[in-house]
Amino acid sequence: MTAYIGKRLLAAIPVILGLSVIVFLVMKLIPGDPAQALLGSYATPDNVARINSALGLDRSWPEQYVIWIGNLFHGDFGRSYILNRPVLDEVLERFGATLILAGASLVICSVLGILAGIVSAVRQFGWTDRIVTFFVLIGISMPAFFLGLVFILFFAVQWKMLPASGMYAVYGGGDLPDLLRHLILPAATLAIVATGVVARLTRAAMLEVLRQDFIRTARAKGLSENKVIYRHAFRAALVSIIPVLGIQAGFVLGGAVYIETVFQWPGLGQMLVKAVSTRDLLLVQGGVLIAATVYVLVNLLADVAQAMLDPRLKA
Amino acid sequence: MTDMAVPPPPARKRRSNWQLLMANRLAAAGLFLFGFIVVVALLAPLLPLPNPDITDQPNRLLPPLSAGHLFGTDHLGRDILSRLIWGTQVSLLVGISATALAALFGSLIGLVAGYARGATDSVLMRFVDMLMAFPYILLAIAIVAALGPGLLNALYAIAIVNIPFFARNIRGVTVSIRNREFVDAARLSGKSHAAILFTEVLPNVLPVIVITMSTTIGWMILETAGLSFLGLGAQPPTSDLGSMLGQARAQLFTAPHASIIPGTMIFILVMSINLLGDGIRDVLDPRLRSGALDRPMPVTRIARGDTPAPVLPDAPALVVENLATGFDAGGTIHSAVRDISFRLGKGECLGLIGESGSGKSVTALSLMGLVASPPGVITSGAVYIDGTDVLALREQELIGLRGARVAYVFQDPLTTLHPLFAVGEQVAEAILAHDPVGRQAAHARAVALMETVGIRDAASRAGAYPHELSGGQRQRIGIAMALANDPDIIIADEPTTALDVTVQARILELLHDLRRERGLALLLITHDFGVVAQVCDRVAVMKDGAIVEQGETRAILRAPRHDYTKRLIACVPELGEGHGFLDRVRPLFQEAGA
Repeated sequence: MTAYIGKRLLAAIPVILGLSVIVFLVMKLIPGDPAQALLGSYATPDNVARINSALGLDRSWPEQYVIWIGNLFHGDFGRSYILNRPVLDEVLERFGATLILAGASLVICSVLGILAGIVSAVRQFGWTDRIVTFFVLIGISMPAFFLGLVFILFFAVQWKMLPASGMYAVYGGGDLPDLLRHLILPAATLAIVATGVVARLTRAAMLEVLRQDFIRTARAKGLSENKVIYRHAFRAALVSIIPVLGIQAGFVLGGAVYIETVFQWPGLGQMLVKAVSTRDLLLVQGGVLIAATVYVLVNLLADVAQAMLDPRLKA
Repeated sequence: MTDMAVPPPPARKRRSNWQLLMANRLAAAGLFLFGFIVVVALLAPLLPLPNPDITDQPNRLLPPLSAGHLFGTDHLGRDILSRLIWGTQVSLLVGISATALAALFGSLIGLVAGYARGATDSVLMRFVDMLMAFPYILLAIAIVAALGPGLLNALYAIAIVNIPFFARNIRGVTVSIRNREFVDAARLSGKSHAAILFTEVLPNVLPVIVITMSTTIGWMILETAGLSFLGLGAQPPTSDLGSMLGQARAQLFTAPHASIIPGTMIFILVMSINLLGDGIRDVLDPRLRSGALDRPMPVTRIARGDTPAPVLPDAPALVVENLATGFDAGGTIHSAVRDISFRLGKGECLGLIGESGSGKSVTALSLMGLVASPPGVITSGAVYIDGTDVLALREQELIGLRGARVAYVFQDPLTTLHPLFAVGEQVAEAILAHDPVGRQAAHARAVALMETVGIRDAASRAGAYPHELSGGQRQRIGIAMALANDPDIIIADEPTTALDVTVQARILELLHDLRRERGLALLLITHDFGVVAQVCDRVAVMKDGAIVEQGETRAILRAPRHDYTKRLIACVPELGEGHGFLDRVRPLFQEAGA
């Protein structure tokens, strides 16, 4: 197992390097001359050349990339000139809040989605299946940012049950129950869409497995239907559900952008949206790169979990 | 199920894809809804609507159903209905354009990568993998950050992040097509690679492109609306549904209708597309209608037209009378086997022989209600175990007999053993299903059983997974599992077909010995008369779902009455026979067009 994990970790390195290349190239898409933009009306050819050389922009792209990545390894992601603080500090601070939100949603969507998917498959074409299918359809068609607004309207404004925004109460909050109260609405909103996807794929995976020969063997042994479904079929279906959960991790990380904006959750997504509108590019660069790296690592975890479940994959 | 009787298709008119789509009520509803939205959005310039951009401060935030403003007005006093229709037009246009762009570039990458293979393929696909390694919307945000906020830039960003879906799907299909005969023929005729790609490969890939488009378009409309909602897409004065919602959000508490109306519109639009997309996918997947995707039930459905006696006095271990089983394909039942009758006593071996598709396996599985997918139905007859009709039992009682009194050994042990459980555990589980002796005791008995069936070093092999064992060892595990509860009857469904000849002989020997030692009744299903001659006391010959001849093995071998039996017997080659075999067999197959 250790060897397998080591192998996967090694394989993740080129992926993360690839991510950095793409982020680097995207930033090179920016139209116009940065020196020109920086200098504004002081952009004499002389000044432009001086700035370019100071920022290393007169070097070739590969050289610029190597310098940039070298700085990243030293934890130097540059400085946000809007916030006037190191990008890494800001990103890490924000990322904690996003991880709480995304993590909670991932747990909710995994548990609910898998349960709904199993029940739906077991009662295929029955009423339960239809109801689940109906909610799945609503889930995958519903814009998360709209659902968040509707939730605020009802749960916060109409019924005054839960706070509508922020991570902690402004006065007297700050403890865990306060955090949880603030977490419920955004996490539920973010989870609903992802739950639909997980339920749909779980249902398909279960139905696929239930047709396999080894399920017939389990039945021929005289196992109870519960054992056949939850031990034999689900165990096998889980092998194909786990990668889906890995993908959902990316979905909730990305979807957090909307949810954090709607619920004023002080996370990475909200920071990115602000940074894009203020064109704070280094902040966008750092935020996206770190979120993508975490996503790669989560998928690596999913791979390892899959291999632990399926002895055939370890080879 | 190795040899399922394939019933001839009934004479009925095939419905066109369009009719099938319309028969699916949800898909039809989705189509009409989507069509209606598209038509209204396209007719926006012709409809008697106020100008969507004219502000009217005194009449701001009017509630719905106000005079002259059906849906009310927004924070600048603009008519919401008019803005909704114009905004829908923009959203549709952007969503469809993004889909088209993603489809164009994604398909191109997929086609080239799949056709060229080699280095081109790996470079392109690594690039696509990199795009997919980003959390979905974050890459789009990075792209918008670089290009600057704007509807067109949002469109590009959404198109780019969706390229991987197309590239992967299309590449997969292209790889499977590139080596087909018609592509080889085109290559030999001297066509250029580009010509082959666009005239030979592309037309065959097109359906996959269309399906991928229909499943991603709703998503792309949602995502572009999302970017606009965040203020990164449509910029004033242009507005799409997302930016309407984004602007109205500030008045959420005072004028919720201004948010709810565009939000609901996005939802309805995307849902109509999803309904339609699901419908299209279902129509194009014939397995869904045939019932091949139905969930196999714990016990085969029993809907018998006759009422056999529930108890048969003085019966041997197994009696089957007039058994008939069919497959339910969307309401019509296609008969698979009929009029199956045979008897099997303790210590006896009956061979059930026939070619693939003759109904042997369906017969074997019917005995314990294990005919699964496509959904089977037992339509008549009775199965008596020790004189009791098991088809009349309650479901739980029948399940209780499985493995305890009647055990199965299946054909291909690689697919019939659970791939994720150690083999010892699987044998122990069979014991525990009927005898709750505890895990430890069950494990010890499982190891002992594995020794009985001739697995060397059973204690350590018990921890192995099926894929770590050889085919012969796997089948021995299958047999150990069948023996777990000392059953009276073993049904072996082509137990040696997947094995090579020497292993086959040893497995047959094992079954033979076990039968003698334990007084088992053995129903052996095979297509090989050599096997029957070796181990069976009696034989029943099946053809086209019915038993055409049965009797003592020796008698039938000596004087087969049915032509089909003669042919099956003749098919066993004799050692050293050489070309004489074909000369001997050929006259028996005149009708086959020799």
